[in-house]
Amino acid sequence: MSDIKKIKDEFINKLKEDLDLNSVNQIKTDLFGKNGKISNEFKKLGSVSAEDRKKFASDLNLIKDELQIAISNKIKDIEIKEINLKLQNEKIDVTLPERSFFQGKIHPVSQVIDEISSIFSEIGFNVEEGPDVENEYNNFTALNTPDNHPARDMHDTFYLDVNKEYLLRTHTSPVQVRTMLKGKPPFKIIAPGRTYRSDSDQTHAPMFHQVEGLHIDKNINMGHLKGCLNYFIKEFFEVDKIKMRFRPSHFPFTEPSAEVDIGYKIKDEKIVIGEGDKWLEILGCGMVHPNVLRNVKVDPSKYQGYAFGIGIDRLAMLKYGINDLRSFFETDYRWLNHFGFDPLDVPSSYRGLSR
Amino acid sequence: MKFTIDWLKEHLDTNYDDNKIVNKLTDIGLEVESFQSQLSELDNFIVAKILNAEKHPNADRLKVCDVDIGKNEVVKVVCGAANAKKNLLTIYAPPGSIIPKNQMKLSITKIRGVTSYGMLCSESELNLSNESEGITELSSKKYNNQVGKKYFKNNTSKVIDLSITPNRADCLGVRGIARDLAAAGTGKLKKLALKNIKNSGPQKINIKITKEKNQGCLAFGSCLIKGVKNTESPKWLKDKIITLGQKPISAIVDITNYVMIDLNRPLHAYDADKIDKGIIVRNSKKGETFKALDNENYSLKEDMCVISDNSGVLGLGGIIGGIRSGTEFNTKNILLESAYFDPRSIRKTSKLLNIDTDAKYRFERGIDPESIQLGLLKAAELIKKICGGEISKIDIKTNENFKKNQIKFYIPFFEKITGFKVSDKEIVKILTDLGFKIKKQKNLLKLSVPTWRPDIIQSIDIVEEIVRIKGYDQIKIEEPEKAKLKPTLNKQQKLFHFLQRSIASKGYLETITWSFTDSKINQLFNGNKSETKIVNPISSDLDVLRNSIFSNLIVYLKNNLDRGFKDISLFEIGPIFSGHKPGDQQIAIAALRSGKVSRLNWLEKERVVDLFDAKRDVIQSLSEAGFDQSKLFIDDKTPDYFHPGKSGAIYLNKNEDKPAAYFGEIHPNIIKKLDIKTETLAIFEIYIDNIKKTEKKLKDQKSKYKYSDYQKSERDFAFVLDKNFKVQDLTKVISEIDKNLIKSIKVFDIYEGENIPEDKKSIALNVTIQSSEKTLTDEDLEKINKLIISTVENKTGAKLRS
Repeated sequence: MSDIKKIKDEFINKLKEDLDLNSVNQIKTDLFGKNGKISNEFKKLGSVSAEDRKKFASDLNLIKDELQIAISNKIKDIEIKEINLKLQNEKIDVTLPERSFFQGKIHPVSQVIDEISSIFSEIGFNVEEGPDVENEYNNFTALNTPDNHPARDMHDTFYLDVNKEYLLRTHTSPVQVRTMLKGKPPFKIIAPGRTYRSDSDQTHAPMFHQVEGLHIDKNINMGHLKGCLNYFIKEFFEVDKIKMRFRPSHFPFTEPSAEVDIGYKIKDEKIVIGEGDKWLEILGCGMVHPNVLRNVKVDPSKYQGYAFGIGIDRLAMLKYGINDLRSFFETDYRWLNHFGFDPLDVPSSYRGLSR
Repeated sequence: MKFTIDWLKEHLDTNYDDNKIVNKLTDIGLEVESFQSQLSELDNFIVAKILNAEKHPNADRLKVCDVDIGKNEVVKVVCGAANAKKNLLTIYAPPGSIIPKNQMKLSITKIRGVTSYGMLCSESELNLSNESEGITELSSKKYNNQVGKKYFKNNTSKVIDLSITPNRADCLGVRGIARDLAAAGTGKLKKLALKNIKNSGPQKINIKITKEKNQGCLAFGSCLIKGVKNTESPKWLKDKIITLGQKPISAIVDITNYVMIDLNRPLHAYDADKIDKGIIVRNSKKGETFKALDNENYSLKEDMCVISDNSGVLGLGGIIGGIRSGTEFNTKNILLESAYFDPRSIRKTSKLLNIDTDAKYRFERGIDPESIQLGLLKAAELIKKICGGEISKIDIKTNENFKKNQIKFYIPFFEKITGFKVSDKEIVKILTDLGFKIKKQKNLLKLSVPTWRPDIIQSIDIVEEIVRIKGYDQIKIEEPEKAKLKPTLNKQQKLFHFLQRSIASKGYLETITWSFTDSKINQLFNGNKSETKIVNPISSDLDVLRNSIFSNLIVYLKNNLDRGFKDISLFEIGPIFSGHKPGDQQIAIAALRSGKVSRLNWLEKERVVDLFDAKRDVIQSLSEAGFDQSKLFIDDKTPDYFHPGKSGAIYLNKNEDKPAAYFGEIHPNIIKKLDIKTETLAIFEIYIDNIKKTEKKLKDQKSKYKYSDYQKSERDFAFVLDKNFKVQDLTKVISEIDKNLIKSIKVFDIYEGENIPEDKKSIALNVTIQSSEKTLTDEDLEKINKLIISTVENKTGAKLRS
C-alpha cells in the first residue's frame, strides 16, 4: 500500500510543476505505459494474498483514477495556456482596411422613373412603352398636329430621312396613340421614356425624359385630372401640402389644355416645394382631344379622359437639388457617385418612396 | 407679343391695377413671360455724396474726390469742377454709362496718374439745363436719403411680353387681348371709333386675283392714297414702335406695323408709282426671282402666292414685300394692301424659302378675314393725318366667300368635360363677350363663331373658352381611384428593372448617354448593323443612331480616365438601333470595367480585370433573374469589337439561336485607336429582347423540394485532351453519364506544359457523387468511377492523366 501511495504522491507533486505537454505525456507513459509504475502494480495483483487482494485492488483503482484525472486536468490547463498564448500572438490591427468592394449606383433618372411608376401604380396605372424612332403620323398627325400646324415649329425634330417620314419622337405622346390603337378602352397608363429635340443649351439637352399619362374611360373629367396630378405631386415630393396652379394653355392633342405650376420658395439656397409665392411650371396636360380619339378608333361620344406629360429630368433636378440638366448625360464618375442611388433602394409604397 | 398697359387701355376700359391685369392674363391662358420697364441708359445715373475732396497731386485745377455711391460703396473720382466739395450731393455716372449730351461712353481712366472710377456730372452733360459751370448740386433736404438711388425716374411704361399659343391668332393684336380680358370681367371693351373718311373716288389701280389651283390669296383689299408726304413718325408712334423692340423707319411703315400689332391686321404699302400697270395676284412660276425688303434675292418654286405686276414679282403675299415697290421718304402715292392668305400656303412657302416675318407669323395662324376693311380704314386715316393725301374708295376683290363657323353646343357637355357647372346665363354672357352670336334653344346653343377665331371648330373648343374664362381654379379635385386594370409592369419590364439593379449591385455605376453617337466611333461597334443617319444632327459628332451603347460608353470612360480615375465600372441600359423605322431597335445593357481589382491593397494581390470578371457578372445577374445556370450554353462567336480569343456568347440554353449576352475583353485595336489609357477593358452586353421570360409566375415555377441525406463522395480526375477541346463539352459528357448520381462537377485546374504533349492540355475535375436512394458502397463508387473514365475517353478522345 505504502508503495502505491508513494507513487501517487510523487506524481501528483510532479504534475504540480510547470510542465509542457510532452512532459505530461511522459508522466502518462511512466505510470500507465507497458512498464509503467501503475501498470506494474496491477501486474502484482496476482501475487498478492487472497485476503489482501480485494483491498489492494480497490486502492490501486482509486489511485489510478486520481492520477488519470490529474493528468487530464493538467493537459487541459496546458492547452488553455497554449491557446491563450497563441491568441496573444494573433492580435491584429483591426483598423486596417477591409477587402475592397465596388459600390454600384442607379442613375437619378432611373430612380425617379421607378418612383413615378410606384406612385402611379398605387392609383391603378400600368406602364406602357413605345419606340424611340417614330413615324410622322404617330408623333404628330394622329395627335391632331397636321403638317401645316404651327405647333410643329415648337418641336425641333430630329429627322431620319429627307422625306421627314421617320423621326426621333419629340414627346412620349405617340405611346398614347400606339396604346389606344392596339387595345380597347378603358386605358389607364403611364409611359416613361426618352424623347428628343434638336435643342442644346444650359437648360435644354437634345435628349431628355418624359412620362406620359393617359386615362380614358366613360366619365373621366378635368376634376379627375386635377385629383390625379395633385396626388402625384404630393407623393412625389413627399410633402403633406402642395400649392398647385392650373393655367390654361394649348397643346394640339388636348383640349381644354393646361400647364401646371407648383409653388416654391428658396430657403438657404435650396428650393422648397409646396410653400412660398414663386411658381414653377412642371407639366402640361389636358382632356384628350376628340380628334385624337377618333384617329385611334375610340368613340369620343362614349369615351373621354385626360393625358399629361411630365419632364422627368426636371423633376429629378427639383427633388434632389441637381442644378445642371446637361450633367445628367455627361457620365462624370464623380457626379454619378454623388447623385446616384444604391441599387437596393427600390422605391415602393410600403418601404417609402425614398430613404 | 409685346405691348404696354397704356396701349391696352386704348381698347379696354378698366379699373384694374397693372398687377391684377397681368395676373388675369395668365389666368385666362395668355401667359405673361415678363412685365418690366424697358432698360434705359439713364438708369445708371446715381445720387451720390462727396465725402472728401482733395487737390490732385499732379494738377492744380483737378480734385480727387471720395464719393459715396450708396450700398456702403465709396469710389475715387477725379473731377475738375470748382464746386466739388465735401458733403456735396451730386449725380454720379459709373464706368460704362453713356453721357446724354455727347453720347460718350465712360471707362475707368487714369487722369494725371490717379485712377478715376466714373464721373460727376454737370446739368448740361445730362441735358438738364445749359448750366455747364461745375457739377450738379442737389438740395440736401430732398436728396440726403437718396444716396445710391437712381437720379432719373424711369418713365418708360412697363412692357408686357406675352407668350401666345399657336391657336390664339386673335391675341397677336392688342385689341384681341383686350377682348379676352373684358370677357373675363377685367373691364369693358371699347368701341372702335372710326370716322367715315371722305373718299376721293374709286381706287384706279387694277387688281386681279387669278383663278387657279392652289391660289393662296382669297381676298385682296386696297386703297390708293395720293399726294402724301412721307416723314418721320410723331413721338407717340415712335414710342409704340420702340415698345415692340423695333426701330422706327418712316411714318408709312410705322403705321402699317402699328395697325398690325393693334388689330392683328397685317398691311402692306406699295409705292403706287412703281407698280407697272396694275396688280396680279397669282402663283409663281419655277425660277422667278425677286429682291425682298430684307435685301435678299429669292428664287421661287412653282405655286407660291406672289403679288406681281406686268414687270414681274413685287412680293410674296402675306410674307414679305419687295424692294422694287417699297415706299421711301420721297414716295408720293401709296397703294395700301390688306389681304387674306391661306395659312397653309403661307406656311408652305415660308418653310421652303426659310423666311420668318411678323406678317407670315400672323397669316399662318389665321387672320380675321373680316378685318380687311377695318385695317385699311385705320391705316389710311393715320396716314392722312400724319402724311396728308387723298384717300380713294376701298376696293376688295375676293375669290371665295367666307362662311362663319356654326357650332351646336349642348350646355351639359361643359359639365361632362370639366366636372363642374356654370349657369346657362353665365355661359351665354362669356360667349357673347368673346364675340359669339348665340341662339339659345333650351340647353342647346346655336353658335356663330367670330371670324377672328379660326381655331374654334367644335364643341370641345367652346368648353375650353368657357372654362378658361371662368377660371381653372373652379375645377374640383376628384380623389384618384386605386383600382387596377392591369399589373403595373409586364414580364419584360420587370426583367428590365431587375437586371438594371442587379448589374448595379455588382459595383457598376449606371449612366445614361445619348441615343445618338459619332459615326466614326459607331463604326467600331456596329456589329454589322446598318447605320442610321440623322438628317439634321445637333452636331457632326452626334450624327447617327447608335448601333451599340459602347460607342458612347467608351468615350465617357476615356474622359473619366483622363480625369485621373483608373478602376471604373460603368453600365447603361437603353435602346440600340438597327434601322430608321419604328421597331428597328432593342434594349441592351452594356457594361465595362477598366483597370485593376485590388489596386494598392495591403491584403490582396492586385490583378487586372479580365473576361472572367465580366462573365461572372453576367452569369450571376442572369442567375439572380431566375435563369438556370446549368442550362446556359457558351460559345466563342462574338462581334468583332471583342478580343477574338478572349470573348464569348451566352445562350440561355443550347437550342436558342440568339445570344442573351456577350462577354469578354475589348479588341486591343480599339483601345489603341481611341488611345485609352488603361491596363485592360472587360466588357459585356446583355440583350433583354433576346431573353424571353416564362409566362409562369414564380409560385408556379417552384418545383417540389427534393434532397438527399445519403453520404456524398468526391472523386478527382485529370484528363489530357486536345488543346481546343472545350471544358463545357467535357463537363456535359460527364454530367450526362448519370444525372441521378452526379451532383456537381468543379473544374479546379487547367495545365499545359511540361509532361503534357504540346497540342494537349490537362483538365482537373472534382466530381460529387451522391444517390438519393442509398449510401453508395465502395463497389458502386468504383463502378461509376470507371464509367466516367471510359465514357470520357470514348467520347472525347481524352486520356486519364497518370
